[in-house]
Amino acid sequence: MKAMLKTFVAVASLILLASCAANRGTTDATGTEAATEAATPPSGAPGAYQGYDARGATGTYGYDKSGGVTGQGGGGPNASASGRVVYFDYDSAEVRADGRTIVEANARYLVANPSAATVLEGHTDERGSREYNIGLGERRAEAVRRQMAALGVAPQQMRTVSYGEERPAVAGHDEASYTQNRRVEITY
Amino acid sequence: MKFFARIMLLLSLLLGMSTLYAEEDLTIEITKGVERALPIAIVPFGLQSSVSEDVAAIISQDLRRSGRFEPLSPQSYPDRPSEFSQINFANWRALQVDHVVVGQVKPSAGGRYTVQFQLAGVFQSNQLLGMSFDVKSNMLRQVAHQISDLIYEKLTGERGAFTTRIAYITASQQTSGGTYSLVVADADGYNPQVVLRSSQPLMSPSWSPDGSKLAYVSFENRRAQIVVQDVYSGSRQTVAAFPGINGAPSWSPDGRRLAVTLSKDGNPEIYIYNLGGGEPVRLTNSKAINTEPVWSPDGSSIVFTSDRGGSPQLYRVGLNGGQPQRLTFDGDYNARPVFSPDGRYLAMVHRKGGRFYIAVMDMQNRQLRVLTEGGLDESPSFAPNGRMIIYATSQGGREILAAVSVDGRVRQSLGLRDSNVREPVWSPYNR
Repeated sequence: MKAMLKTFVAVASLILLASCAANRGTTDATGTEAATEAATPPSGAPGAYQGYDARGATGTYGYDKSGGVTGQGGGGPNASASGRVVYFDYDSAEVRADGRTIVEANARYLVANPSAATVLEGHTDERGSREYNIGLGERRAEAVRRQMAALGVAPQQMRTVSYGEERPAVAGHDEASYTQNRRVEITY
Repeated sequence: MKFFARIMLLLSLLLGMSTLYAEEDLTIEITKGVERALPIAIVPFGLQSSVSEDVAAIISQDLRRSGRFEPLSPQSYPDRPSEFSQINFANWRALQVDHVVVGQVKPSAGGRYTVQFQLAGVFQSNQLLGMSFDVKSNMLRQVAHQISDLIYEKLTGERGAFTTRIAYITASQQTSGGTYSLVVADADGYNPQVVLRSSQPLMSPSWSPDGSKLAYVSFENRRAQIVVQDVYSGSRQTVAAFPGINGAPSWSPDGRRLAVTLSKDGNPEIYIYNLGGGEPVRLTNSKAINTEPVWSPDGSSIVFTSDRGGSPQLYRVGLNGGQPQRLTFDGDYNARPVFSPDGRYLAMVHRKGGRFYIAVMDMQNRQLRVLTEGGLDESPSFAPNGRMIIYATSQGGREILAAVSVDGRVRQSLGLRDSNVREPVWSPYNR
């Protein structure tokens, strides 16, 4: 009996040795280090996006060509950050009256500067599933795009991208934060 | 000499334990009764040299996490046998433990280790399993998981999932300006390896059916694109970079196609993309958001999220198109579906009273069962044996991973040290 057991253990060892060897090969092939290096970073990704805050109100281009738009309420790349963000109600893609003013100011800038282009970034708050929120963010960006088109902005001047809940403006988990995160950023 | 060996054993145990807790803060919370969990004793392995991994502790944690076993605390053990012949069964019967696991870790040639273990039935005093492994020291965790798989399968009749992996996304901060990483780790959260880092969001990882590739969404260059990356070589291929949304990739069971969400034709719709080439073929057509497609395990249909009825609900459509059939009617928000590997269950994100839960629908009777406590629970993913669901949740404002058994009986959180951890996807079995 004991001899049989030993044989069994020996055979089992052999089988498992073989499977271990296979496993080890896999793990080495994983070359997790090498894989990390090969894949990091994705080309063009680091710093590809400068962030709109870095190009704040002191920028130098295009401002006086913007058809007389001045001050905080003005649109375009030189407007204050708040002049380029349109906020939305929960679960809504309807541009509110306060947002309408901002859309109009930026539309005036784009009409006056046909060579300028904007990326309309749609965002949601963190609630709900992530890919569905990508859809909601795009709905918001599209709502702004449609209004701008109606105000005379050429199609080739506008592009939309939805980040869903992936790039919140503020990190909080309360209604005050959510209100700031449901937005479209008009970026240049 | 014997005394010295004992000191070494104690030392290595202590060291092993402390590194374990320093590296990972794995907390296991059993939420409901464990009356069906099998009592088992994993006796600390006889260690004849200092090794970094406490094999018995790893096996214990694996089995406990499964919810099917209740490993006894080593403090209650009557003695410390390290092989079958040393087990005094009368002592273990008195503890009412059904099974005892004993083993040893011995150094062998070339810096390698021989790990042997035996699984014994206490009431019949018999050996149920006995095996030996010869491995490098960096494979000791893997061997422990393999032993867990063997014990699990022997005693439950089902395949274990302890040697599988999880992929997930981390974000170093929640607002922009941080770093996003795609990470692959062991199923217990150990051994995390970053396979991709980006300053732009990464999301929606999906394993190929053979476990060799991940499809995901990357926002590099401020555009959404779907990328397929080889997990081993790191080589990447962009498969969709159309204007608008390129999202929610999901592999077909045969690994040859991806179901994706594209808005290139004006609205988020489901498309089937053949990885062998060709244009994506559109599957849905409505004015609503259609997204988060998943394949039924038999490959014949796609289940997806759509708000065509006013609120997001799950729908099923055949691969040949046709009118999608609504599947969910319970609650005003059901999204992010995922099938259990056998197709019996559909897990989803379910909203009730403003809170988000993980729920499963039994596809046989269409009954919906809520599994989690709720909050911001999202991104459910089944273990390849279908017994557990890993998901993302939040705790104290931090995003963490958690797992729940399909019957809702066992819930646990996997505390990974830093960052916000999200979108876990459990790998298939390696082919």
